[in-house]
Amino acid sequence: MSMIKTDKLIYEYAKLDDEGNVIGTNRAIDAVDLEVEPGQFVAILGHNGSGKSTLAKQLNAILTPTEGTVWVAGRNTKEPENIWDVRQSAGMVFQNPDNQIIGTVVEEDVGFGPENLGVPTDEIWTRVEESLKKVGMIEYRHHSPNKLSGGQKQRVAIAGVIAMRPQCIVLDEPTAMLDPNGRKEVLRTVEELRKKEKVTVILITHYMEEVVGADRVIVMDKGSIVMEGSPKRIFSRVEELKKYRLDVPQATLLAYELQKKGVKLPDGILSTEELVEALCQLN
Amino acid sequence: MIRDITIGQYYPADSIVHKLDPRVKIVCTMLYLISLFMFRSVAGYALCTVFLAVIIRLSKIPFKFITKGLKPIILLLMITLVFNLFFTSGGNVLVSVRILKITDEGLRASVYMGLRLVYLIVGSSLMTLTTTPNALTDGIESLLRPLNKIKVPVHEIAMMMSIALRFIPILLEETDKIMKAQIARGADLESGSIIERAKSMIPILVPLFVSAFRRANDLAMAMEARCYRGGDGRTKMKPLVYKRRDYVAYVITIVYCIILVLVGRYVPFKIWIF
Repeated sequence: MSMIKTDKLIYEYAKLDDEGNVIGTNRAIDAVDLEVEPGQFVAILGHNGSGKSTLAKQLNAILTPTEGTVWVAGRNTKEPENIWDVRQSAGMVFQNPDNQIIGTVVEEDVGFGPENLGVPTDEIWTRVEESLKKVGMIEYRHHSPNKLSGGQKQRVAIAGVIAMRPQCIVLDEPTAMLDPNGRKEVLRTVEELRKKEKVTVILITHYMEEVVGADRVIVMDKGSIVMEGSPKRIFSRVEELKKYRLDVPQATLLAYELQKKGVKLPDGILSTEELVEALCQLN
Repeated sequence: MIRDITIGQYYPADSIVHKLDPRVKIVCTMLYLISLFMFRSVAGYALCTVFLAVIIRLSKIPFKFITKGLKPIILLLMITLVFNLFFTSGGNVLVSVRILKITDEGLRASVYMGLRLVYLIVGSSLMTLTTTPNALTDGIESLLRPLNKIKVPVHEIAMMMSIALRFIPILLEETDKIMKAQIARGADLESGSIIERAKSMIPILVPLFVSAFRRANDLAMAMEARCYRGGDGRTKMKPLVYKRRDYVAYVITIVYCIILVLVGRYVPFKIWIF
């Protein structure tokens, strides 16, 4: 059974005039077919307004399809009785770290999800401890979230999600509001979780550097999937990526420009190290 | 000014008072506040002063920190004192300047009223100083739970309170940011009459409200994504459980109240130092 499956998913926002009457619709997602296997790390790339965040909300049943179907762990998100199971199996981390922390103490915030699920008190404590250890925030358990840095807050938010024991984590631009250090911190945490816990990760972002480690990259534009494949395959199509207004990693771009000028470099160079390696091989 | 208010602030310390169940602290504070109005004798004042002093001592909160909380109410205190001093009728005249007379009754009333007011503030700030805002909301939620039967959404109210508490520092920071942004654009927030200054607050309040609503929207979504569906079927990470010390605290407070009522009834009313 696949972790997430969408079938001809369409979602339309209603356009309203000043009085609140519907004057038209805005198609945010247009016939998306997507399948994610358990344990995969899938990155969804796209420029602003490409529908990637709307797609994320579909996976957590915050929005339900206008047409088509979404299955999360085999459950149809359109059935109202499935909503809580869907939200438990696909945890979601949002962009703004301040607006998703509910508790006034770190450990209470991590306990919020399990509390909602009706987990017994003793078990909540073990889960909270476990989750905080997994994201490396255990020494901050008694701190106020207001005094943490952006990256730390985001790690607390991730702990809050994994305390619910989801099979899949959807991260909706988790690094967009962070500084470079915070960004690295969060990505490292996600990477570790994926390796150690074998959870399925869906990372939505517009930073191409972040998707290098993904099993599969999906590029979205205007509500549909326009490119799909391994990071190497995707990144070798520099011209196309530029067309979708995505910034190609510097190393990849340099390799591409060199290739155009006739330097014999392999396709799909993703990191600076790889580029250096390839350039040294030339002599 | 805002920084001086200690009501609602938490003072972290490791004391027996801090460790008490929030419900005990809320109920006992209520009892204490009511007890302040149950007597009119020097003996009564002595008793409640001693009681308060012992609790302050037990709470390990520096006395200075508590008196700091009285600063914002000095004006109110002065007004109360003056009114009671000059406008209490009856008693022997001590001093009289034209129509203003100070009687011994007036002096007594004003001293008593002033003391009561100070004790009210100190007593209630002692509760908030020793209880985290979250524990306080938990306590209120659990004490008000019987109201659930008459369809009062107790859990929701408590949740709203704790979220409000969490967002106070965030919104303060945001206000500061917006103020600086408007000052950078040439807004004048300092000079002018009160009305002008109030008007200049509008360009700060409007963006603040917009951003608060946006935050609320995001937060609601994040809560839903984490399976929040109201108080039904929810378990607690930190359930409130009475321990022995909590029962002891109840007993002590009730004994104090009984003694105070007895003192108020049997110790003659007219003992006066003057």
